[in-house]
This record gives sequence, structure tokens and C-alpha cells, in this order.
Amino acid sequence: MRDPPVSTTSPLTRSTPSAVTLSQLQRLEAESIHIFRETASEGERPVLLFSGGKDSVVMLHLAAKAFWPAPIPFPVLHVDTGHNFPEVLDFRDRTVERLHIRLKVASVQDYIDDGRLAERPDRTRNQLQTVPLLDAITEGRHDVVYGGARRDEEKARAKERIISLRDEFGQWDPRNQRPELWSLYNTRHRPGEHVRVFPLSNWTELDIWSYITEKGIDLPSLYYAHERDVLSRDGMWLAVGEHVGPREGESVETRTVRYRTVGDMSCTGAVESPAATAQDVLAEVMTSTLTERGATRADDRVSEAAMEDRKREGYF
Amino acid sequence: MSTENTASLLRIATAGSVDDGKSTLVGRLLHDTKNILVDQLEAIERVSQSRGLDSADLALLTDGLRAEREQGITIDVAYRYFATPARSFILADCPGHVQYTRNTVTGASTADALIVLVDVVHGIVEQTRRHLAVAALLGVPHLIVAVNKIDLVDDAHGAFEALDRDLHALADELGVLDLQTIPVSALRGDNVVEPSESTPWYTGPSLLGWLENLPDSSELTQAEHFALPVQTVIRPQSAAVSPEFTDYRGYAGQVASGSVAVGDEVTVQPAGRRTTVTRLDVAGEPAERAVAGESVTLSLADQIDITRGDLIAEPAGAPSGSKTVEAVVCWLDDEKPLREGQRVLLKHTTRVVRGIVGSLDGRLNLESLAAESVDEFELNDIGRVSIRVAEPLFTAAYTQSHALGSFLLIDPQSGRTQAAGMVQDDSVATPGVLGNLRADAGEWAI
Repeated sequence: MRDPPVSTTSPLTRSTPSAVTLSQLQRLEAESIHIFRETASEGERPVLLFSGGKDSVVMLHLAAKAFWPAPIPFPVLHVDTGHNFPEVLDFRDRTVERLHIRLKVASVQDYIDDGRLAERPDRTRNQLQTVPLLDAITEGRHDVVYGGARRDEEKARAKERIISLRDEFGQWDPRNQRPELWSLYNTRHRPGEHVRVFPLSNWTELDIWSYITEKGIDLPSLYYAHERDVLSRDGMWLAVGEHVGPREGESVETRTVRYRTVGDMSCTGAVESPAATAQDVLAEVMTSTLTERGATRADDRVSEAAMEDRKREGYF
Repeated sequence: MSTENTASLLRIATAGSVDDGKSTLVGRLLHDTKNILVDQLEAIERVSQSRGLDSADLALLTDGLRAEREQGITIDVAYRYFATPARSFILADCPGHVQYTRNTVTGASTADALIVLVDVVHGIVEQTRRHLAVAALLGVPHLIVAVNKIDLVDDAHGAFEALDRDLHALADELGVLDLQTIPVSALRGDNVVEPSESTPWYTGPSLLGWLENLPDSSELTQAEHFALPVQTVIRPQSAAVSPEFTDYRGYAGQVASGSVAVGDEVTVQPAGRRTTVTRLDVAGEPAERAVAGESVTLSLADQIDITRGDLIAEPAGAPSGSKTVEAVVCWLDDEKPLREGQRVLLKHTTRVVRGIVGSLDGRLNLESLAAESVDEFELNDIGRVSIRVAEPLFTAAYTQSHALGSFLLIDPQSGRTQAAGMVQDDSVATPGVLGNLRADAGEWAI
């Protein structure tokens, strides 16, 4: 048996103060900021996708740090399904006002109203976001589009690069990805193509909650325990309301719940939880036995490759 | 700071050839460290059952794409995240069969440790030589060879010892920095997380035990000279987040090596001017000192014309500029080979410059480990080149600084990433495979 190797110094070294071990969150934060600065400098018209969900809130927080004390040098884009939780819309508006950034909204409802998109039979709208998103990217001539996806979320996402080249249809081609070497990012693309950039690629759900706790980052209230009228459908608690029902035979109950993700109200489920603060949620995440998408996203349960198929079609 | 999440982070990559059980090993590592959640396990149990398997096929945990599951193969690098009480890990799982060097180079370029799988039945194959060569070329600090399927051979002890000898001989020849061999059975879990009772002759650590105890390699980078490639200049003027910052002027970047403190003297390249650090912000908060890996903004005492792509460095170690780059490249482009006279874009630190390939000075033959003379480099070739660039680059030999010694070659038309480049400096003695690839192609030179 050999002993673990001991650090040696190279001939060019000098005497330094004792080495500092950066914490996991410090390393992740530094990497995300590096990605923002690199891609915003190489791109001409970046835009950041902002849903009001915890990942996009953390992403925006990191963007603000990357350019501080200058304001964030690009607008944010919200793809509004029309099925949003009111708390989230309110949070979105307060956030852009506080940071003095411009908000662009791509509205799924507008597309349905004028017939460019048809409502789906199950009335869920996550799948309908792709067309308004791609149109907004084309109209804004955005060449760098920031998304809050994390690789630990799902198996297809685990294979996507930090810089993800998309053609003019927004399609991701998993067989034709660029090698991503060291921290040298390549954002070059042909006219009409753009790159999606995922600064949170290496963060896990636990890292996100640890960071929110450590930095005291404000989130929409529905991430924390509250009483809500809910009904049980497909093994999830859905919020009672205009878009959800109850349908015939479903009974409404009042429960203490919180959300692990926020999205379309009609397919985002709540979990029963007494966690009222970020610290409580962090403790819960550390002992959770279900992935956040498995627990609360009906649209990812459709097939083994649901996320891959949507990404290929130009989804986030 | 929170107390929960300050454990150090280790980046690892795995590489192997087809059917040597790499996906199973990664699945085993995730499963036995209890990093698989209930719904993930249920999903793979369902699929395994529908395929008529007796137990859950752990390879399904990492094969995420439709084609991968349909064909039972792994297509692209997959990133996995797991943690033990001792440490957190980011694992880049690199498939072995298609575009193998491309994937391994991608995974290894950011890895603190590379795990190469070898099937004890097949021994050292071409892929093994290639993976070890990549580990040596990229200067991966720690290499681990997991000798897999030891449950399938009669004299496991003898087979492992023979392979261990051959692997160390090959690693020495190639210039691998640090090698540990571990006998495992990914299928049964032997020596993956816990030391196994079926290998009483092996007294070394389990794979996980070794990974948990590796030193943090960022300490080595911190001991190098300070260097900061400038990413962007932050000058908010009237748009500042607060009126007190309207006169703020800072140079933003990630500290590539060494450390920096307020009051330090620095050299700015290409201006060639010396000045002093007057203010330091780390991730948007004032600080006295910052180390390699941190994203910072520096303010300087003197008004100097500094733009993106410039280098702020410690005067003692500041590299001088050159318009010729001597380097070893791994050619990663499957659409176009590399030839003399080819026009490329070269991305070095935060600077992108135009370049022309001056000469191809020899390709590495993985059998003989010598350089051979060729007219072009094809996909997966490793070879020595000379590139002329339009503007001076401030480089260091890759063996001395990964940050200042690495670069990409990019196709000017399509934007494809074509090559990983590692700067060579022939005045610095380079052991192993890199030293063999000298300008005098065909010569054995040690």
C-alpha cells in the first residue's frame, strides 16, 4: 500500500502565506461568476431567463455579483405561461425593480389568444413555452441566453455542456456537443445560431439551498410552509384554482405545504412540509429521498426521455 | 459561513473502454455511497425488470439519453454529483468507444483525479495506453487504475500483481504524476466503497477511501506566481448600484494562479507597466487577499490602458509576450484534419487571436511512444505543432501553469472547438511523453 501523495512545489514557486482551502460554495460561486463575465464579454446581446424560481433567483444574484458595482449588463426574459402563482409574479416585479434591470415578457397566453398556439387537452402549459421563448430570442437577436438548469436535476441535463450550442430552431444535438476544456469557454457560433449558457451547471439542489441560507437570499414565499387548499392528483398535491379544478370526484383539503419548484400551477405539485425558513428547508433537502423533479413535476413523468425530447425541441 | 457545506470539493473523471464496466462502477459508487434517491432507483428497477434482468442494472443510472438506453452504450460525458461525510465530488463520466480521446480530454482537463478502468481479463489495451497518455499530457495530479472484474479470474492476486507492474512501468514511461492501482469488482462492489473480504491479499484502500484522502490540488496552484487574465473592465459611472461607486474602475477576472493582496506590486501585460493593487473585491465584497480560483475585481494605483485579454501578474513571474506558440495539441475535430498553413482562432486565457499553423512537428505513436512524421493530424491524434499568432500571447509552459499554458483552437468559420493545446517550452526539461514530442520529428529524445 502506498501513502496518499504529498504536495510538492514546482521550481517556479515562491514562499506564500499558508494555503487557503476554498469551500465548495466559494468554488461554485467563483466558477459561475467567471462564466457570466466570460460569456457576457464575448456575446453581443445576452439575456437571462428568469422565472422567479429559486435557481433563477440564485443565478440572478450571481450575475449581480459578477458585474458589481455596475448593474447587470443585460435584460431578463420571463416566459409567462399565464398559469403563474401570483406570489411569483409579484416577486419577479419587485426583483427587477430592486436591481434596475429591464424585464421582457414572452406570454404564452397571447399566443393562445391569437391562435398561434392551441391549448393542450390537459391544459398544462410547460410544453407550450418553447415557441414564445424561441420567438423572443429571435426578435431580441439574443446570442447568449442564460438558463438556471443544473446537471443534477435530470439524466439528459447531466450530459449538457455549460455552453450549449443551439441552431436557429433552438435545438440541442446531444451527439454534436463541443468539447469543453479547462475553463476556456467557446461561445462562437454561426449567424442564426445562439448559445445557451448554464452558470449553475455544477450546483446541486443542496448547494442552492446552502447558498440561499448562507447569503440570506429572498425567495417567493411559496417555497416556505404555508396553509393552502389542495387536491390530490397523480400522487401530487396541486393548488386549487381556476386552472386546476377540483375535477369531479376530487376532494379539497387544507394542508401545510411548500413548493420545491415553481412553474405552471396546473402541473407543479406541493409537498407537505412544516419547513418555514431556508434553514428548515436545507435540513429537509439533506434528508430527502426523492429528487425534486420526481416529487413535483408531472411533465417530467411522461416518459423516460421527457426532458431530452423537450430540450431537442428548443426548450430550456 | 455555513458549517454543513464547507467540505472540500474534488473533481474526478472516469475513463474506460467498451464493456469494461465503467457505467456499472460509477453506478456502484453512487449507489453504495447512498447518493441514489428512491425514485431514481425505482425507475432503473422498472427498466431492468422490463428487460428481464434479475437485479437493477446500475449502468442505467448514468446512461441518460434515449439512444444510450436503446443501444446500451454511453455517448457523451455525463456529470454526476455525490457527497460523503468526508468530501463532495463532481464526477465527469467519459465514455470509451466513440470520440474517446475527445471525451477523456474534456473530462481530464478539469479533473483533480482520473480513474481509468482496465478489465483484468483483457489487461492493457490501446485505450489504456491512450488514457494514460492523456493523463500525462494534461498533467492530471492523480491517476487511479481500477482493475475491474477480479471476480472473473481464478488467480486474481497473480493477475493483479502482473498488471500492477506493467501499469507502473507504462506510467513512468509516459510521465504520469501519481499512480494508484486498485483491484475491484464493480458488479459485486468489491473495494469500491468498502475494502473487500474476497481480496485478502490486497491491503490498500478502497477506491472511495483513496479519493476521500487525496490532498486538495488547488494548494499547488496557489503556490505558483500570481496571474489574473482580465475578463472585463468594470466602470459603472452614473449607472453604479450606489453613488459612492461612480468613480469605481476595476479589472475583473478569476485568479488563475497564486494569490494577491491589497498593496501588492503587479505588472500589466502587454502594456509592460508596473503598478500597485489599491482595492480588491471578491465576488462583489471587499477583501484584503484572494487566492487562485476566486473571481475578483482589482483596482490599481495608476491609470493604465487595460482591456479584456490583458494579463495582470506578479512582476517576478510575469511571462513575456511571443508571437509564436510551440505546443502539443489533441486534435478533437471529426470534420476536418489539421494541416500546415491552416488558419485558426486561438483562445488563450481571455484572449482570442488569429493564428496560422506553421508546422506539424510529429505525431505521438501510442505503440512505440515515439514521435512520427505526418502531414496532417486527424481526430484523436496527439502531436507537436508550431503556430504563428497575430498578436503576442503571454504564455507559460503547461507543466508550470495550467492556466497560462492551455489554449483552444477554434475553426474560424463554424466556431467548432478543434483542439486542446498545451504550451511547450523546450528550455524546461519535460519528462515522459511530452518530452518525446520534440520538434525533430521521428527522433527518440529523452
